Amino acid sequence: MERRVVEVSVGLLMIAGFLALLILAFKVSNFSMYGKNDSYVVTAKFDNIGDLKPRAPVSIAGVKVGQVESIHLDKKLYKAIVTLRIKTQDNNIPTDSSANIVTAGLLGSNYIAITPGFDPTFLKNNSMITETNSAILLEDMIGQLIFNSKKEKDPEKT
Amino acid sequence: MIIGSVQGLGRVGLRFFNQLGESGLFLLKTVFQKPRLIKATPLLIQEIFFVGVFSLPIMLVASLFIGMVVGLQGFNILSQFSATGELGQLVALSVVRELGPVVGALLFAGRAGSALTAEIGLMKTTEQLASMEMMGVDPLWRVVAPRFWAGVISLPLLTIIFCVVAVFGGDLIGVEWLGIDGGAFWSNMQASVDFHNDVLNGVIKSAVFGALITWIAVYQGYATEPTASGISRATTRTVVYSSLTVLGMDFVLTAIMMGGW
Repeated sequence: MERRVVEVSVGLLMIAGFLALLILAFKVSNFSMYGKNDSYVVTAKFDNIGDLKPRAPVSIAGVKVGQVESIHLDKKLYKAIVTLRIKTQDNNIPTDSSANIVTAGLLGSNYIAITPGFDPTFLKNNSMITETNSAILLEDMIGQLIFNSKKEKDPEKT
Repeated sequence: MIIGSVQGLGRVGLRFFNQLGESGLFLLKTVFQKPRLIKATPLLIQEIFFVGVFSLPIMLVASLFIGMVVGLQGFNILSQFSATGELGQLVALSVVRELGPVVGALLFAGRAGSALTAEIGLMKTTEQLASMEMMGVDPLWRVVAPRFWAGVISLPLLTIIFCVVAVFGGDLIGVEWLGIDGGAFWSNMQASVDFHNDVLNGVIKSAVFGALITWIAVYQGYATEPTASGISRATTRTVVYSSLTVLGMDFVLTAIMMGGW
């Protein structure tokens, strides 16, 4: 009897531990990674990816449809090749869609927004998005702003 | 005078490394044994019961309060930037990465480590370990190894439960009491907490802490001076050493994990 209480309570502790791990996996963290079976891969070349990182979301009209799988450099063109993994259920993205790197909020992290095109053919596994827009770097914009305002001031001086 | 102080330093150093080596050999002898699973399993379950199940209430209470405090503190700071929606991220990341493993380990050292040392120390003082050896039973196998493995298994389980309860404590304060939007709380949390980099690394940390704490506890118990005051000193040393080791190791592990390992 005593022994049974011990074993049952240890078993309950272990079950509680594994349940808690499941909660951590599915409720607290984003373990809903896409498997090879229910997703397909699309690549896109960008001039500049800014602060984009692997696992950043890919969205259409603000709805998340996939995530960035990997980023590496094209050695000939010096462009960034971004591999996107998109859910199979969203397999009706036109081939002339464009991929843009945008920033969530003013200082948020970067993600990829796909703007759908009008082509009747759809993106397939390993196809490539040709229309891309690079990340807008806030630092560059500020730099340009300062540069422009200086230019405007200079003629006044002379 | 100078030579005397140098000699004192040398003696301290020698004693430190002597003990380190002795405890290392002790651990090796405990871990590398002929596996006797059928006989050892009931012993192990018994020890998990004492070490793990009995530590559960203190862990639950502590984790609930820690989650609530982090939620409250975070809310006060984040509301200055009108970013209270990020509270879920703050609570979950701080608990899963640091507070869960470290505070859980400190509680475990106080609750379970001290008990292990006192138990084994008393066994040694009353010569139970020696009589076991006389009967041809290896006390390392019969007494030390089940307690060691019980600690290594229980602490990660307890830490995972700790993290979940603390996150719900944060939810209780943030969403139920302070009125943050529940959807923002949970979705920001899910967007920022990564299973591999945050959750699994936290679990790895707690497994390392569990091994360190029980190693220190069983060694201190086994090497006790066989007197009443010896047991009390060994118990104190267990809590002090294991708490400091946990905090130091936490820094090292965090540095390794943050360094893209």
